[in-house]
This record gives sequence, structure tokens and C-alpha cells, in this order.
Amino acid sequence: MIRHLLSAGDLDAASAVQILDSAEQMDAIQHRLVKKLPALRGRTVVNLFFEDSTRTRSSFEIAGKWLSADVINVSAKGSSVSKGESLRDTALTVAALGVDALVVRHSSSGAVQRITEWVDCHVINAGDGTHEHPTQALLDAFSLRRRLGELTGRHIVIVGDLTHSRVARSNVLLLSTLGAQVTLVAPPTLMPAGVHSWNCTTSWDLDATLAGKVAGDVDAVMMLRVQRERMGSGSSGGRAADVGYFPTEREYAIGYGLSPARLDLLPEHAPVLHPGPMNRGLEISSMAADSGRSLVLDQVRAGVAVRMAVLYHLLAGADEAGSAAAGVTS
Amino acid sequence: MLDRIAHQILEKTQGGEGVVLLGIPTRGQPLAQRLADRIASFAGVRVALGSLDITLYRDDLRTQASRPLGRTVEPEGGVDGKLVILVDDVLFSGRTVRAALDALIDLGRPRVVQLAVLVDRGHRELPIRADYVGKNLPTSAEEQVRVSLAETDGVDEVSIVGVA
Repeated sequence: MIRHLLSAGDLDAASAVQILDSAEQMDAIQHRLVKKLPALRGRTVVNLFFEDSTRTRSSFEIAGKWLSADVINVSAKGSSVSKGESLRDTALTVAALGVDALVVRHSSSGAVQRITEWVDCHVINAGDGTHEHPTQALLDAFSLRRRLGELTGRHIVIVGDLTHSRVARSNVLLLSTLGAQVTLVAPPTLMPAGVHSWNCTTSWDLDATLAGKVAGDVDAVMMLRVQRERMGSGSSGGRAADVGYFPTEREYAIGYGLSPARLDLLPEHAPVLHPGPMNRGLEISSMAADSGRSLVLDQVRAGVAVRMAVLYHLLAGADEAGSAAAGVTS
Repeated sequence: MLDRIAHQILEKTQGGEGVVLLGIPTRGQPLAQRLADRIASFAGVRVALGSLDITLYRDDLRTQASRPLGRTVEPEGGVDGKLVILVDDVLFSGRTVRAALDALIDLGRPRVVQLAVLVDRGHRELPIRADYVGKNLPTSAEEQVRVSLAETDGVDEVSIVGVA
């Protein structure tokens, strides 16, 4: 198994399937009286979060604890980062405490990759800027696989603010590794630069895509959050260069929101996903979010099992670098 | 061999009342299934059946590459207050059984725990013994005992593989 999990592209099909299969077993622990497995006893995992997060951080924390690891949370607020410490110094300081794994979220793309160049421990990317969020892709694949069965040949549509979405990029990589076909739908302004080099088809027309007229029948649709802080009107946040991706929220909702009418365009079996937090009435209607086809809460639940599987596969085995240094060959 | 173990289980447990068979993957699972079938045909008793994966409880997790997990299936009715019989193919160091005992305790609190194995090859490293043994097979510690079952390997066979 790999040493760090930085990108969904780090996983080949066999390791991805192995993680998903393990997650399936890990999930069973939720129904147990004693929610504790001894696999990572004596290991220390630090959640190093430079950006706010509820579900990712808490599910990594629960995942580590259920595997008996010691988990410590360090967030930028209230740490030395707010005193002006650099990324490198913070990472080195935390690593020097003797941790086995760092789970890192950062607002800059590539920050997590940089950290692997400085520290000896395992590093897991919990979201870096607009780059990648591999464990989110894994839990999406896990939820999809539970609902649809094997993903080979399935057609998944991802809709929304693709330019700023680390979830979209990780999902395209992982889903195509697993043999699924992906179609990205967004207004031209929110289509990432260089998307033609991604392993997927693209469209600007949501209705036609959902009706199966663009790339064939749809097996699932994933709605992504419109990041309000980057919008042109109704918000003062965001940098000037980020502003003006579409004229108004209402126009976006009409063109690209998952309305009840669009929900009806989908085949009966196709579920709806959203990585959260949701903007109801903008990219997703309450009708869609609360329908029986919504996997939103399943996704959150899957987060713990999938992250347990990732921690287990990265941390439990023999440390290849460590055993090589000690001259152990087995 | 399994016929005899099934009879012994019935004898020792007074008719299989409250018995739960827990197979340890990979090969303990089909063995537990076969024992349950035999007990059903000999005594007409349907004993509860489950499987218990012990990968996460092993004491050598740190020295081996990470392994895929097996399935844990809790038996119908749970294990609390039951007479649980762990079923595995080969009893060797006893470490697997130690891990299984830990895993079992996380599932609940059985009344009694017993152990059934197809082959006991000796060389115990822990104070553990089996209650039901298909065959005692004296081996050297360097040899490997390989159990093949129709369900997992296409053929029923026990072979000793020597080390050159």
C-alpha cells in the first residue's frame, strides 16, 4: 500500500477496491456495543487543520479513535500559526512530537504535498485548496457502490462549481480508476481550465445530460456546493478576481440547480449525492436533498468507515521505509 | 473427521443447546458451515452460525504488510450467554486463537468459549488448547501445513509442505 494519500490518483484500481472493501467491514463496527478495534493501538494521529471543517475533521477523529489510535486536533486558530509560524515550522514541530500520521487540510493547493517533503511520518490529504480531497472521493465511491453495486460502466454526473472544487477532481480520478464514466456539468465560467485533459466528458446543459442525451443514461448525480464567498452579487467576501462567475444566484439555480423537475428527469434508480455543506435552494432543492434518493447522510456515515480503512491500510502494515532502514526484509 | 467433531460437539454440549459456531476466515468459515450442516443432520438441531475476522486483532500487524480484512458476521441472536465454539483449520502457535478471543469479547460475553480445529500441528507459543481436534499432526516448526477446502480452493486436502 502507498505511504501517503495525497491524491485519488495515487490509488490503482486494486488498492482502491481494497480500501472500499475494508471500509465495508469497518462500517459494521457502528452497529456494535463496543466501538473499538485494537489495530492502531499505540499509534498517534494528528489532525492538522489550517482551514475550517466539521465533518472531515470529526470523522477522521472518530475513525482514529475507533481504531484505538491516539488522536490530537491542531487547528490554525488558537495555535502558533496565528502567531505567524510558517507551514514548514508548524509541520516539523508537530512531527517532532513523534506522531505516526498527519492528516492535513490547507487552503493552498499543494501545501500537503510540500509537507511530505519535510516530515518522516505518513501524510493524508484532507483537502488542499482547489486541488484534491481523496477521502471524500473514496466515501462518495463507497456510498455509490452500496447503492448501485459495482461501479464499472456506471455513468456519474458531477454538477456545480467545478473550478473551485477539490471534490470534483478527486472524484474524476477515482471514479475513472474504478471504471466508471464521468460527465462534468457547469456553466462555462465554472468549468476548470484544462478540463479537456481530464478523463471525462463535459457539458454546459444540465437538462440534456440528466435526460441521457449527452453521454448516455445517468446512474447517479453529484451536486457540488457553490462557494458563495466567490460569487458576484449578494456577497462581499472573496477576492475581486474570483467574483463574477455568474450574474445572480437565482439565474444559477434555474440553470444548474437540482430542482424537483430535474429530479424527475433522472432514471428511477439514480441516487443524488452532495458532499455538503448544502446551499438549499441554490445548487440543490430541498425536495432533492430530502428525497429517498438522496445519499447525503449516507455519505457522512461512510466518512468514518472509509477513513478508518485509509488509516488502517496506511498505518497498520510494516513501515516500509522504517524496516528498510533497519535492514528488515519480509 | 468432521463427522466425529460434530458428534463430539453434540455429546459435550448435551444436544447443541445454545451453541454458536464462529468460523475464523478464511477456512474456518466453510468448516463451521459444514459442522453446522452435520449437526443438523445428526440431531436435527440448527445451531447459530457466524464468522469472526481477527485481522485487526493480530499481534503481528506492525511487522507484516497490511492485509485485506475478512468478513465478520454476527450470528443470529448474538453471542451473549451462548456456548461459542471457534472453528479454524490449523492450530499452530495459538496466536490466531488469542486474537479471536479478543475479537469475540468485543462482540459480547459468551457463557463458554470452546475451540474446534481440523488439524493440531503442535508448537504452541501460548497457553491454548483445542476442545475438538480432527487430527493431531506432528510436524516440524519449519514445515507448513496447508488445508484446502472445496469451498475456497476447489479440493478437500491437507498437505504438509516441507522447506527445502
